[in-house]
Amino acid sequence: MAVARTKIKSIGAAQSPLLGAAMFSPAVLYILLLVAGPFFLAIFYAFSDARIGNTEMHYVGLENFRSILQSPSFRVAIRNSLIFTICSQMVVIIGANILAISLENTFRGRGLIRFLILLPWVAPIALGAIGWKWILDSIYSVITWVLVAAHIYKPFSAPMWLGEPHLAIASVLLVHSWRMMPFSTVILLAGRTAIPKDIPEAAAVDGAGFWRTQLQIVIPMMRPIISVAVLFGLIFTFTDMTVVYILTAGGPFDSTQTLPSLAFTMGIQGSDLAAGAAISLFLVPVLVIIAYFMLRVAHRAEVN
Amino acid sequence: MTDGGPMAVVQTRNLTKVFKEGQLGAVNNVNFETREGEFLVFLGPSGSGKTTLLRMIAGLETPTSGDILIGGRVVNDLSPRDRRIAMVFQSYALYPHLSVYKNISFPLKAQNVKKELHKEKVEWAASLLGIGALLERKPRELSGGERQRVALARAIVREPAVFLLDEPLSNLDAKLRASAREELERFHRRVGTTSIYVTHDQVEAMAMGDRIMVLNKGVVHQLGTPTDVYDNPADTFVATFLGSPPMNLVELGDVIVGFRPEYFRPASASTGDSVPFRFKVENTEYLGSEWIVSGTLVGGKFEGRKIFSRLTAAQDLHLGDTRDFVVPQRELKFFDRTTEKRVEPRVLSWQ
Repeated sequence: MAVARTKIKSIGAAQSPLLGAAMFSPAVLYILLLVAGPFFLAIFYAFSDARIGNTEMHYVGLENFRSILQSPSFRVAIRNSLIFTICSQMVVIIGANILAISLENTFRGRGLIRFLILLPWVAPIALGAIGWKWILDSIYSVITWVLVAAHIYKPFSAPMWLGEPHLAIASVLLVHSWRMMPFSTVILLAGRTAIPKDIPEAAAVDGAGFWRTQLQIVIPMMRPIISVAVLFGLIFTFTDMTVVYILTAGGPFDSTQTLPSLAFTMGIQGSDLAAGAAISLFLVPVLVIIAYFMLRVAHRAEVN
Repeated sequence: MTDGGPMAVVQTRNLTKVFKEGQLGAVNNVNFETREGEFLVFLGPSGSGKTTLLRMIAGLETPTSGDILIGGRVVNDLSPRDRRIAMVFQSYALYPHLSVYKNISFPLKAQNVKKELHKEKVEWAASLLGIGALLERKPRELSGGERQRVALARAIVREPAVFLLDEPLSNLDAKLRASAREELERFHRRVGTTSIYVTHDQVEAMAMGDRIMVLNKGVVHQLGTPTDVYDNPADTFVATFLGSPPMNLVELGDVIVGFRPEYFRPASASTGDSVPFRFKVENTEYLGSEWIVSGTLVGGKFEGRKIFSRLTAAQDLHLGDTRDFVVPQRELKFFDRTTEKRVEPRVLSWQ
């Protein structure tokens, strides 16, 4: 006993403030350098006329914001960001619930199917998106090939999945959904297995059928866990630019730009750092709201 | 009972459940029939198949073979909702996100009872169980006893033909259990619905059951009134499962002879025709109203056999004493040594 106690004392962070600080510092450094630093730099740039390749910088007040708000590309980007984020989350939550329900019961090959469903999540998103770029390619698309082979479309008049504004938006949206589906499915599956088996059985004895049991008992009981899946999905999708950048690079005619991809296009590729920074600041209020709800869910989970 | 229709008897015919092919069944060829309005207890150790049997009656488990009849109708292929049963689960399985009111009204909604009737029925069920003041609470704000009452109210609200109860008292602490048991008994007397109650607790079974069905390894060993199963056990399993301490068994020739600890008494207290034993006292426990004395038989054919005695007074018995004990002849039960089934009393040479 005595030996164990002194041992614990010697490594106890409480006894040695320096050691505690040392253990804590990587996290603090990481947040300061990679989160807080760029964030304040973006605020700083947004009120300036900073450009790549130009060492001079002047304070311009709200000029950047004024010109952005007047730009049609920006309005499209805001609309797209909201459409992609909200619609893909709706697709994801419905799809993930269906998958979670069908993967809940044991059957032959369930392990394999679970693995396949998780694949899009573990594969690097850039690789997945490049795969989809080929699947949706204007010439080599397998989808087009199948539609032509099935005589639904004639060759050369087949849809250009990434070349027509509406189709391009739908394509990006579905790839986003494909990307987030595994994550939500795994979370919802975990949430489902946490519900005691008695509860759906009691509902069955009480006379509820499949739909009533799911919609009035199981899914409401999973509300906290569904909120977690949705909030993570919102953040991942809202801040993501990989999918858009690889599939369409914002095109055609900026019709699929989102806030992050437009900020990148204007700020880095277009050398207008100030405009890029100003655009990216528009992400902040939305992310703050999402973060608020995440903290609330986390707090509730702690309380219960 | 308003529109609940007639009460019903539950019946099974050669009901069998095998979970894994090639393995012993969880329930094997069970045949029984409840009586109208009776409180029937399935009693057995864990793994005896009593809960599986109940779940098959509820429709939560599909029988491997055999039939289940409720009110004379084969219900094997009916879903739980069509069997007109209500079940109270071991955990109560209350819906945690719904208020007590909504928990109780859920079966009404699920069975498409007219909405105007919900309030009246919920209030009727709640007042029957004395939980009228709790209707707005959530299950997590209730005590164990209150949860049980909500579970019962949810079960009674749609006036089922049969009540199934799966160890509903096992989650309560000892003190609460006694009062909850009494409440259940009173509740059953009031509603009079045929009830099947699963438990591994012989005290609950004896106290509550109109009849007790003793199960082990998926096989029915005996179905009878509490007095029946206690005084006239059908085999050695029932004899030793009921009673605490269990019935003493000694082997003699081709029979096993059993006698309850309360009939194994010092020779001085006996009257009439009885069988004598030499008994060495090895342990005594004072339980307030009685003593449990354990020890071994000395001499004769039963040397070293462990025996329990239950006495109202044992102050004069000391550890290590060897005393003369007797069992009245009429209290001996006889079992076949190979089948372990009860056989007719016979005259034996004890020496």
